[in-house]
Amino acid sequence: MDNAKWTFGLTMMIVGMGGTFLTLWILGLVMDLLKKVFPLVTKAGSREKK
Amino acid sequence: MFESLQTGLYGLTSGVSYLFSQGGPNVIMLLIAAALLYLGVKKEVEPLLLVPIGFGCLLVNIPLSDLMEPGGLLKILYDMGIANEVFPLLIFVGIGAMIDFGSLLENPKMLLFGAAGQFGIFFTLLLALALGFPQLEAVSIAVIGACDGPTAIYVASQYAPQLLAPISVAAYSYMALVPIIQPPIMRVLTTPKERVIKMAPIKRSVSVQTKLLFPIVVTLVTGLLAPKGLPLMGTIMLGNFMRECGVVARLTKASENEIANIVTLFLGLAIGGTMEGHAFLKPETLAIFGMGFIAICMDTVAGVVFGKIVCKLTGGKVNPLIGAAGISAFPMAARVVQVQGQLYDKKNHLLMHAAGVNTGGQIGSVVAAAVMLSVLKGMGLI
Repeated sequence: MDNAKWTFGLTMMIVGMGGTFLTLWILGLVMDLLKKVFPLVTKAGSREKK
Repeated sequence: MFESLQTGLYGLTSGVSYLFSQGGPNVIMLLIAAALLYLGVKKEVEPLLLVPIGFGCLLVNIPLSDLMEPGGLLKILYDMGIANEVFPLLIFVGIGAMIDFGSLLENPKMLLFGAAGQFGIFFTLLLALALGFPQLEAVSIAVIGACDGPTAIYVASQYAPQLLAPISVAAYSYMALVPIIQPPIMRVLTTPKERVIKMAPIKRSVSVQTKLLFPIVVTLVTGLLAPKGLPLMGTIMLGNFMRECGVVARLTKASENEIANIVTLFLGLAIGGTMEGHAFLKPETLAIFGMGFIAICMDTVAGVVFGKIVCKLTGGKVNPLIGAAGISAFPMAARVVQVQGQLYDKKNHLLMHAAGVNTGGQIGSVVAAAVMLSVLKGMGLI
């Protein structure tokens, strides 16, 4: 495999895998935030519909 | 008069004479079509796809049928929904409408397992490049590792349409083989002690508002970070938003039933239509099937290894087996984890955790494809 292909492949691997982890980590943080902003309320009179 | 009879008879026998003179590849493909139909009907391996793919393959390999020529039925279906990527996206609306992301929302950290489970994509990319495939073909082959049929079709139809047939058939075949491929890898990579780790039961903690906002937030975040994948994520989240908002039940039902069913039929027939013997039977096809297998094995390896790391970091609170569910094959991968867990301890219930990881894998596979496309765009290759 020539240098250009190695460079392409390794770039895709590092940026691609890193980008996937980063994007999903950010999504996880945002989902945690959503859960904190809109917690599940189970007491009587809550907005939750069961 | 005699000449007229002769030409008329030629019209009747031309198909047979073609088959015997240059139809060898077509005969092999007719046998492959029979095998696909057998797997779909008798073994019930992904029947909704293998039956139309098998029949499309049968139709296109009948000599001189012209079904994939301009104006032919299969060509019309191909141009209508595969060449322009509409079919996989419509299927995604249906998938989004079917999936409950609740178990993932209970523990959003499970999304990281969905990232680890995409390692096979990038490993296979290197492998395809090493085998001499051009860059965009290598990317399209690598996406088989997403374990996600519509994503594989979406990418291949754009960047390697000549490889669409083997890529899509490999993607769906290996998805169906997940219960056979994964368990040996899971057993090799885990210790008996790790396999019996019990995880704390999931407590219900997600509000209606969170479930409703989830698809919008995911669309915004992934759209901003990896805009080239927005059609994929946008359609899956549209389906999920319709499901969660509850006010468009008719559209949700249509998306997960009528639309998904019709599109699946058309998609399968059109993919089968690309399996013409002379075009399909090449050494590349065998290489693609081999790499697809490696991709799914590497997804499982990376998922379980990531599970072992998390297990260590959490002081043994996470069963590494759940890492194997970080792929898109839903809910098969989660079921495999549950079955494997119960092989060693019948009272160990990993299903809910594995389902969370598995839905994370669904999002992860789309994100990985979106990231790859955006990186390619950034590099000026598309």
